[in-house]
Amino acid sequence: MANTSTARATSAPASEAAPSGAQRAGGTGGRRPYGQGRPPVRERQGAAWVFLSPWVLGATVLTLLPMAVSLYLSFTDYNLFDPPSWVGLRNYTQMFTEDARLYRSVGNTLLYVFIAVPLQLALALAAALALKSMRRGRSFYRSAFYAPSLLGASMSIALVWRAIFNDGGTVDNLLSGVGVHIGGWVNQPGWALLSVALLTVWQFGAPMVIFLAGLQQIPQEMYEAAAVDGAGPWRKFASITLPMLSPVLFFNLVLQTIQAFQVFTPAFAISSGRGGPADSTLFYTLYLYERGFTSSHMGYASAMAWMLLLAIGIVTAVLFRTSKSWVFYANEEGG
Amino acid sequence: MSVTVLSSHHGRRRADRSHIALHIGALAVLAVLLYPLAWLVATSFKPADEVLASLALLPSRLATENYGTAAEGIEGVTLLQLFGNSLTISLGAVLGNVLSCSLAAYAFARLRFTMRGPLFAFMIATIMLPHHAVLIPQYIVFNQLGMVNTFWPMVLPKFLATDAFFVFLIVQFMRGLPRELDEAAKIDGCGPFRIFARVVLPLTRPALITTAIFTFIWTWNDFFTQLIYLFEPDKYTLTLALRTFVDTSSQSAYGPMFAMSVFALLPIVLFFLAFQRLLVEGMANSGLKG
Repeated sequence: MANTSTARATSAPASEAAPSGAQRAGGTGGRRPYGQGRPPVRERQGAAWVFLSPWVLGATVLTLLPMAVSLYLSFTDYNLFDPPSWVGLRNYTQMFTEDARLYRSVGNTLLYVFIAVPLQLALALAAALALKSMRRGRSFYRSAFYAPSLLGASMSIALVWRAIFNDGGTVDNLLSGVGVHIGGWVNQPGWALLSVALLTVWQFGAPMVIFLAGLQQIPQEMYEAAAVDGAGPWRKFASITLPMLSPVLFFNLVLQTIQAFQVFTPAFAISSGRGGPADSTLFYTLYLYERGFTSSHMGYASAMAWMLLLAIGIVTAVLFRTSKSWVFYANEEGG
Repeated sequence: MSVTVLSSHHGRRRADRSHIALHIGALAVLAVLLYPLAWLVATSFKPADEVLASLALLPSRLATENYGTAAEGIEGVTLLQLFGNSLTISLGAVLGNVLSCSLAAYAFARLRFTMRGPLFAFMIATIMLPHHAVLIPQYIVFNQLGMVNTFWPMVLPKFLATDAFFVFLIVQFMRGLPRELDEAAKIDGCGPFRIFARVVLPLTRPALITTAIFTFIWTWNDFFTQLIYLFEPDKYTLTLALRTFVDTSSQSAYGPMFAMSVFALLPIVLFFLAFQRLLVEGMANSGLKG
């Protein structure tokens, strides 16, 4: 689970480009015979490449090369033992036209993302707002609410979840107590996915912490000025808090969406690794694991991995594109 | 002064009341959040016939035998060995990440080299890269190297700074350090290596600790990588041992399973209690600084 820093992805390279351009200019200056005060560019760069060498090696051998290889494998039939045999686009055509379970896994994953991410972020924002207005105990609650985010990815919690949402488990008992008889969520196709989504919601602490930090950066004078103008709490929230918080909201949205697309452990625990009941928790990653590692269709799984990469790329791009209309960056407006 | 107190008396009472409501709400949320943990600990002490059947949260007697059975481990591998395997992998990953990420971060934050901008952008992009895109070829490579069913596939990549998130975290921290310190060391005749080791690295300690703890917790919790690379019981980690319980349907296995789960969560809970401020602040800064 890569806990990531996506909001920076746009701003950081842009702010990086300027200094590096300036350095390149300075570098050519260094090569001139009269630029004697500095050691030659190549020598000064040597140290940088020494520091970078582990990263460069990792980025090439463990990231770029594997990506290229998996792209190649996606056009082959490969089972790890025999050499890969070229099948052209067959894996892709099979994915799009023949594989009903793949469609099911895409549907499940999207449904899960659409349920879990908005619920989690809404709860995180509400909790952050509540903690912001607390005079005492804020840092205690902040830490305590954050704890599930560290534990939630573990197999232990996934097993607890399975028991709590099982037939006769806590949730079933509570609901039966008020006359709602669902039975075990994890055994029923209509409810199993929701129980996984609730496990994600349970981990609202991480985005909450980021929201809270964002809230604390909003200048207090803005609220005071609004109060002088007679703005009520709703007006303040809609006109100050929400716009000022929108970059952080955007960051959390991208981050949690990307993570949600890759959910694996809880679905594996709830369904004994099979995506049941009736394929209702067959998430994309679970199906990819099944095709690649259980039934040794590495070529097909590679094609699936590339489609996931493409999907996450598209979703991120769409989020960035739409963000221009609702994310407000104070410094860009000169404010 | 007493006049002000009198005039604001009513307002303050209302404010107090809304604060009490806030605290009650926060405590209620806390109860729901902590319930699964309380349930886990309580269930780990329940006798076999109560584990799933009893509606009461607390066990009728403290059945410590669950922990005895859990200590025997699974398939001839003791709990201690499972714990040791998890610990080896996690500590290896911590060492790798702290070393390689701080080296790369120093270059990105302080040194000049061609293509720094594009390489930095590429590094940031790899943060968002889903692990699955590189999974199968990496598996093939480790398979060729004879490293499947060893700890290397979990540890080696960390020594090559593949967790770009931490490179970014440390870069952000280093950028916040005053450059005058570097300049002063440079004037004193220090090269980049001495500046890194003597000046920058000691000041970066908070970011390094954050990196170490997050790496430990994420590696400790990791399931997917261990699932595909480790298949013989003597290489199993706690997570994989718990996984073998997933298919079980026998009632008697549940008590020991949850006792083992408590064991698996213990290091994380201890780390959290010891370093909570650092962890929460590390998370808060990931979204804001820069």
